[in-house]
Amino acid sequence: MSVNVYERIWMWGAGGLIVLFLAAIGITAVAQAVQPPSHIETINPATLDEHPEFGDPQVVVAEDGRVIVSVVAEMFQFRPDPIEVPVNTPITFRITSADVVHGFQIVGTNANAMAVPGYVSQFTVTFDKAGDYDIACNEYCGMMHHVMVGKITVKGERP
Amino acid sequence: MSAPTPSFAGTPQARLALSHIGVAIAAFAVAACMGVLQGLSIADVEFPMRDESLYYMFVTAHGVLMALVFTTFFIMGLGYTLTQAQLGRIVGQKTAWFGFWLALVGTVAAAYTILMGQSTVLYTFYPPLQAHPLFYIGATMLVIGSWLWGGVVIASFRSWKRDHPGAPAPMAVHGILATIIVWYLATTGLAIEMIFMLIPWSLGWVETIDPVIARTLFWWFGHPLVYFWLLPAYVLWYTVMPRIAGGRLFSDRLARMVFILFVVLSTPVGFHHQFADPGISANWKFVHTITTFAILFPSFVTAFTVIASLEIAGRLKGAKGLFDWIPTLPWKDPFFLAMALAMLSFTFGGFGGAINAAYGMNSMVHNTAWIMGHFHVTLGTTSALTFMGATYWLLPRLLGRDLKFKGLAVIQPWLWFIGMAIFSTSFHIAGIRGLPRRVFSASLAGDQGGAWAGLAQLGAIGGVVLFLSAIAFVVVVVATWTAGRKIEAPPFEFAVPLEPVTSAGLWDRFGLWTIVAVIMVALAYGYPLISLFLTPRFGSPPFQPF
Repeated sequence: MSVNVYERIWMWGAGGLIVLFLAAIGITAVAQAVQPPSHIETINPATLDEHPEFGDPQVVVAEDGRVIVSVVAEMFQFRPDPIEVPVNTPITFRITSADVVHGFQIVGTNANAMAVPGYVSQFTVTFDKAGDYDIACNEYCGMMHHVMVGKITVKGERP
Repeated sequence: MSAPTPSFAGTPQARLALSHIGVAIAAFAVAACMGVLQGLSIADVEFPMRDESLYYMFVTAHGVLMALVFTTFFIMGLGYTLTQAQLGRIVGQKTAWFGFWLALVGTVAAAYTILMGQSTVLYTFYPPLQAHPLFYIGATMLVIGSWLWGGVVIASFRSWKRDHPGAPAPMAVHGILATIIVWYLATTGLAIEMIFMLIPWSLGWVETIDPVIARTLFWWFGHPLVYFWLLPAYVLWYTVMPRIAGGRLFSDRLARMVFILFVVLSTPVGFHHQFADPGISANWKFVHTITTFAILFPSFVTAFTVIASLEIAGRLKGAKGLFDWIPTLPWKDPFFLAMALAMLSFTFGGFGGAINAAYGMNSMVHNTAWIMGHFHVTLGTTSALTFMGATYWLLPRLLGRDLKFKGLAVIQPWLWFIGMAIFSTSFHIAGIRGLPRRVFSASLAGDQGGAWAGLAQLGAIGGVVLFLSAIAFVVVVVATWTAGRKIEAPPFEFAVPLEPVTSAGLWDRFGLWTIVAVIMVALAYGYPLISLFLTPRFGSPPFQPF
């Protein structure tokens, strides 16, 4: 098929740009572990209250120093609230929902995951700035969706 | 195919196309009224009856009416028009009318349950939010109606092919056939979700539902849906816009290739809407990232071909310099103007889309107001403004009436473009700063210190400008339809390629490419869905918090 020379150059350029984009994404994904939260773990939403971890969700410091935050999203709040975590420490969030799909977005950061009933979302982030952050529900969950806001306090020292 | 096609105003085929376009524009008008009120509500502007239940009901109705009803009916009407104009036939008109009524009754049923406040589940209807059963059944009827439309167009093409052995489909019909294949692939996912999950669950036949499987099936449908909106716009940019401008189609064969690439690539991409979801491995999300980026390629080619086709128009009018062909284009023609502004918007929309699709960066914008800003500049402008411009081209040809209020019709695309620039930019920025999408008020729980208030107010101003544009559009349409001066209907004319493709080649083999596309969908979704099915899972009961 005969293609105009300028269009040929354009198509190679476009193809090169796409390869460049994908290389950037691929390299950061592998080298710096920049990956979306993709944990696979199921949980029974009907018996969440009796669950050893999510029956009373809280912040736990593991033996190796890692901080694990278990969160239940439900109409129209996050538990626990507020959440207190240390600065400059890897924090692993484990999130599930007691009812419909909610969002868990720490405003001003890239911590952003869905809270889905029957599943546990998990991701690890490190806060490099102490202070108060809002957690916004970013998935429509009912009439009071917009007031579903939680708080995280990042403290300058380990708890 | 280059010769002007005789007009068919006043024929049953024109009535068929006009009925679809009429429903589309009625849905648009209703949804536009809701849209402006949503914008005001987010910005905390008080108006009578403003409350949460009205807001979220409007979000649902606006989304369903704009994204599913306006688009689907318009594309069906456009598809029938192009089929009749280029093939000289619509085979199976009884089926076509049956599809129309099925889709219309389904739409009315679903819309009724939304307006009664029984289906405030938004147009994404993620379970375990549960709508009235008629919402799901009505939406399914709309889709089945559109399947019949696709069947009628394909049957018309087959009939034409028997009369023209070895000939490639005329370019606009080629694009519409690609659109139909994309639509069949996309709606297969939706049909599975509706028939095996949502409808039995909403009727109480099964007690629980798996939200992640439902979301996966939804986005199997939800992303190629975007190309269902976009491809008809591309058809018009390739085949009609250069004609109106006085140019030629720069590359016939590459245009055919572009549509085929969309057939192959548009469906195996849905996980880029589910980056933040649990239950799907990062590896599969990365696979969908690759296909998502690959689909930028045909759009890059489109940008070159369409702009080169327009440059030819300027050169034919004597332009010699690098850019002086641009002012020679027919900027006072409402059809051309609307399409040109829609194309310009798409350059911004495309950049935003690349960010959304970027695996890691998506976390900054996922489910924020950025997304709302993004799809209003893409669907809400690239497709919607193209369809508005197309209406100005279609109505005189289908009705045999001169366009009324031509001055208003030239102002209208500018208003839409400017309004959307204000609206979309505001919400892109607000989203980057963390404003979640779909909120009754940008002050959320009230203690956000107005962090987003200024941007939301600016967005609302953009919304009002958009509303003025919508009014202008509806006024021109209604005036033309009812009171336009009767004229001899202008012919349907399409751009002549520089080097026409005279015999069907690789990019005309729809059957082959459909098989490739089906294999791609099976590869992209087979393993993730099967592994989810095999995982011990716990379903969710329904919730109706509205």
